[in-house]
Amino acid sequence: MEMQEFIKNFGAQFDETEMSEFTSTTKFRELDEWSSLNALAILNMVGKKYAVILKPEEMKATNTVQELFDLVKSKKN
Amino acid sequence: MKTYIKAISYYLPERIVTNEDLVKEFPEWTVEKVAGKVGVNQRHIVGENETASDMATCAAEKLFAEHDIDRSTIDFVLLCTQSPDYFLPTSACLIQHRLGLSTSCGALDFNLGCSGFVYGLSLAKGLIAGGIAQNVLLLTAETYSKHIHPKDKGNRTIFGDASAATLISSDGFASIEDFCLGTDGRGAENLIVKKGGMRQPNPKNDLIFDESANPSSSDYLFMNGGEIFNFTSEAVPVLIDQVLEKNKLEKEDIQLFVFHQANKYMMNYLRKLIEIESERFYICLENVGNTVSSTIPIALYEAQKEGKLQGNVLLAGFGVGYSWGGTVLKSI
Repeated sequence: MEMQEFIKNFGAQFDETEMSEFTSTTKFRELDEWSSLNALAILNMVGKKYAVILKPEEMKATNTVQELFDLVKSKKN
Repeated sequence: MKTYIKAISYYLPERIVTNEDLVKEFPEWTVEKVAGKVGVNQRHIVGENETASDMATCAAEKLFAEHDIDRSTIDFVLLCTQSPDYFLPTSACLIQHRLGLSTSCGALDFNLGCSGFVYGLSLAKGLIAGGIAQNVLLLTAETYSKHIHPKDKGNRTIFGDASAATLISSDGFASIEDFCLGTDGRGAENLIVKKGGMRQPNPKNDLIFDESANPSSSDYLFMNGGEIFNFTSEAVPVLIDQVLEKNKLEKEDIQLFVFHQANKYMMNYLRKLIEIESERFYICLENVGNTVSSTIPIALYEAQKEGKLQGNVLLAGFGVGYSWGGTVLKSI
């Protein structure tokens, strides 16, 4: 599992935020366009691209892209 | 025998609920942000004594007037609603009488939500192709506002009430091609109104609020957003492939994709998933919201007005049931 690709997949779930704004330290909950709909899309993306089924409450504990990446990675192993 | 959509009109109830109105009711909530995300600026809501059948009657009257249609030629009425006036009789029978349609007219209701318009077209096509009817009046009418708890700010932001009337006949502006339909009742619990049916005839008064102050009760409309999101993102791309294959078309052969107008974010999510450019993907819910079974005919009406109904138009409806369906219209 590779971080750059994860960031790209993560950023693709947003309509207005520029892709260049996404880094591993991005606090996604602070983005202007963040909403529960993005969370649903991200959970769906994680399931499809990484074959990891996250529960919404598990995702709630993450705030940065890195934290979510680590969570997905830990579930994958 | 070929069947065609001959004419479409729609009716919106008088009362408008704007985002500003919702801000006043939910000052602690980010109405503007959420409304922007789902792409709805205002929605029309029925009055207390106005029902889906009242709206459907108005939509049909508009259809007759706007397109100069002789009502005596209607020989079948199909009403798609999940908000009938009564358990019995069928609302379509009440509408037949109110519209002054011939008594030799067939009439029935069918209970579907967001897939309802596509299913209605398939039924109408079958009636005409089978020589059972010649001019089918397909009415879609929904009043989810009556099922939604007043404090359910999310669903109140998304859904609007409306009715559409579509005439299906042996001639018209777009032929109705082949269908793909699907059902998965395992999803029934994820979008449901339990109260009032025979399994739960009386209110349970089981209202609870979650940590975000969202109400949940079997007496009102319940939608599990996450599950519906997952269902849609699984089912719709497959449906589109199936509809294209059945009609022997490629994605590039479709001039316009008209999906059920669920909400703007969800629609764009599906659009990107299926890889359709925004120019060929019609979005029309800013002023009406998600009107359930009427979103597709309203979108077709507006797209036609804008001159965008050209060539092959792919329709896809999906939602409560789960139920889904797609077809292609060929504009002539």
